[in-house]
Amino acid sequence: MKVALFIPCYVDQFYPQVGIATLQLLEKLGVRADFPKQQTCCGQPMANSGCERDAIPVYHNFVDTFEAYDYVVGPAGSCVYHVRKHFDIIEQTPAVQHVRTNTRELFDFIINVLGVTEVPCSFPHRVGLHLSCHGQRGLHQANESEMTPVRDGQLRRLLSSVRGLELTELDRNDECCGFGGTFCVSEAGISARMGQDRVHDHVRNGTEVLTGGDMSCLMHLEGIVRRHKLPIKVLHAAEILNGILL
Amino acid sequence: MSHSQRSDIFLLDAERTTWHDETLWFVRQKRDKAVYATPEFQELRQLASDIKDHTLSRLDFYLQQFEENAHRNGVQVHWAADAEEHNQIVLGLLQQHGATRVVKSKSMLTEECHLNPYLIKHGVEVIDTDLGERIIQLREEAPSHVVLPAIHLKKEDVGDTFHLHLGTTKGNNDPQQLTETARQHLREKFLAGQVAISGVNFAVAETGSVVVCTNEGNADLGVNLAKVHIACMGLEKLIPRLSDLSVFTRILTRSATGQPVTTYTSHFTKPVKGKEMHIVIVDNGRAQQLGRPDFRASLKCIRCGACMNTCPVYRRSGGHSYDFTIPGPIGAILSPNIDMRKHASLPFASTLCGSCTDVCPVKIDIHTQLYKWRQVLGQAGEIPTSKKWSMRLLSRVLAKPGVYSLGGRVARQGLRLLPHGLTHAGGYNPWAIARELPEPPKQSFREWYAQQEAKV
Repeated sequence: MKVALFIPCYVDQFYPQVGIATLQLLEKLGVRADFPKQQTCCGQPMANSGCERDAIPVYHNFVDTFEAYDYVVGPAGSCVYHVRKHFDIIEQTPAVQHVRTNTRELFDFIINVLGVTEVPCSFPHRVGLHLSCHGQRGLHQANESEMTPVRDGQLRRLLSSVRGLELTELDRNDECCGFGGTFCVSEAGISARMGQDRVHDHVRNGTEVLTGGDMSCLMHLEGIVRRHKLPIKVLHAAEILNGILL
Repeated sequence: MSHSQRSDIFLLDAERTTWHDETLWFVRQKRDKAVYATPEFQELRQLASDIKDHTLSRLDFYLQQFEENAHRNGVQVHWAADAEEHNQIVLGLLQQHGATRVVKSKSMLTEECHLNPYLIKHGVEVIDTDLGERIIQLREEAPSHVVLPAIHLKKEDVGDTFHLHLGTTKGNNDPQQLTETARQHLREKFLAGQVAISGVNFAVAETGSVVVCTNEGNADLGVNLAKVHIACMGLEKLIPRLSDLSVFTRILTRSATGQPVTTYTSHFTKPVKGKEMHIVIVDNGRAQQLGRPDFRASLKCIRCGACMNTCPVYRRSGGHSYDFTIPGPIGAILSPNIDMRKHASLPFASTLCGSCTDVCPVKIDIHTQLYKWRQVLGQAGEIPTSKKWSMRLLSRVLAKPGVYSLGGRVARQGLRLLPHGLTHAGGYNPWAIARELPEPPKQSFREWYAQQEAKV
């Protein structure tokens, strides 16, 4: 199985530790992933801004980069969702179809491709899980409160298997954090307010470490946590499952 | 003004924003409870969606069938191409009967057509009889929600309004007393009403009847007291058969407020002897939307308001921030069809979280349509020039791995070296108004990876 690591642009530039944790976690699970260097971005920033056509060369670069692999694995539900859902404006060649179908979110890959349901590690902290909308509602990685009161999902299960880790229960389990790509600057006021409300839900319910599967939401929430100097640490779930020590 | 500018005004009152958000979240939770308690709810959604898809695919047929059956029932049917024609038809009917006093039950369509100001201009007293509608009518405001038109107001605001217009004691904010005052006030208006105007929730093609859902019974009271009933409906309100109706009555209020059904589900089929019944069927842009394959499904909307209650943006920006008759996510996909330039910011007033799509009882793919409207707006040049050019530049960078790597390194270096006050100046960096930027690492992931490879 040839697996490529897809490290989204902002993770590459601002959160290399998340890329490293992803690579190492996959290694621990027996997967040696390549990092093809000509990768850049999934094109979502342009497309979400109404400039889908500007994203076309970026889409082609993505497909060219990854077409030789069986799986493309990325620690970011939103970017993966974009590839799977929105690459339909370019010609659907076999390569494009192959890349779209086989681009998988990290935890979806771990559970549904590798068949791993528990990651042996320990993290004795109170952890608040932020469910990112594109992973949850887009890729169906977690139950939705719109459908059922049962709080369940891939990441919740993986984290629950970690020794010493205690998940905090939020008042609003799956409300959007307000990042929304370029929304975070074009609607800066609402975006910030949504983020503040999310963070306060975590503070109210005793979260010490805020985590999730999508670094973009976490970047936004971390920006608010740091601005208000709140006693919360923000980590990508790959870092926790890779055995980070605090 | 754009949606974000109007939101910023709403957000200034942080406490009220919290209250607005929590109030609507409470309604969303009531919806959830009702949905969880209905095991077949997802099947009902699919069925409702299918019925609406089917009806829209044969709309001409069902409209004709509806008109024929309504005629047979002794109802007069009028067709209006746009808001202006609708208003003229209604005024013409009033003038025919020499009517100057109209009572109106809830109708988003007449809001959309701006019927009230039109009638008032022509010397007609028009009274909204839904309590929430009456409150905002007294305040000369537009509804901020399709089901809860005065949800942006607190009881203190209503107390002040009633003190000013209905003579209640200043500072009396007791909901029961205020409601009783409204009831007495409206009772007079009901008794004096010569013509009753109502909206339409569903129009049944096979029977030619219209169905109006209210919680206050105001449609029934108005229609039964007045000599003439005018029901105004958008042409998308049709359902084929009476037996289809139960699917919709089961999902409508569960989605809207969490009630199993509205208090009153009133069927109006034929006029009482000696009275008249008219139905005005309005296009006003709907046929155009029907002709847009990507956006056609927006016409399936049954105006339950669930997408508003669940929308994290709507809850924090208020209905008026949309500056369109139908606010919230559904308004953001209906409005560009009417005026693309004026409403260009609305499809961007969303994080595309998808919760609207998941609560929609007729399964409209709202967030996908928001995304698609963005593309239409982008191609029509209806996005800010700064955005257009920055995206074009970004595309150049991201399409070339070498340029991207170098650009990233320079940007991170810059962020590290420049003073915090400069990198976080809110004036040109809206991110930093309320957030810290991530701390730029010395090495990007790709630089680290290259180093590891070199070691091996």
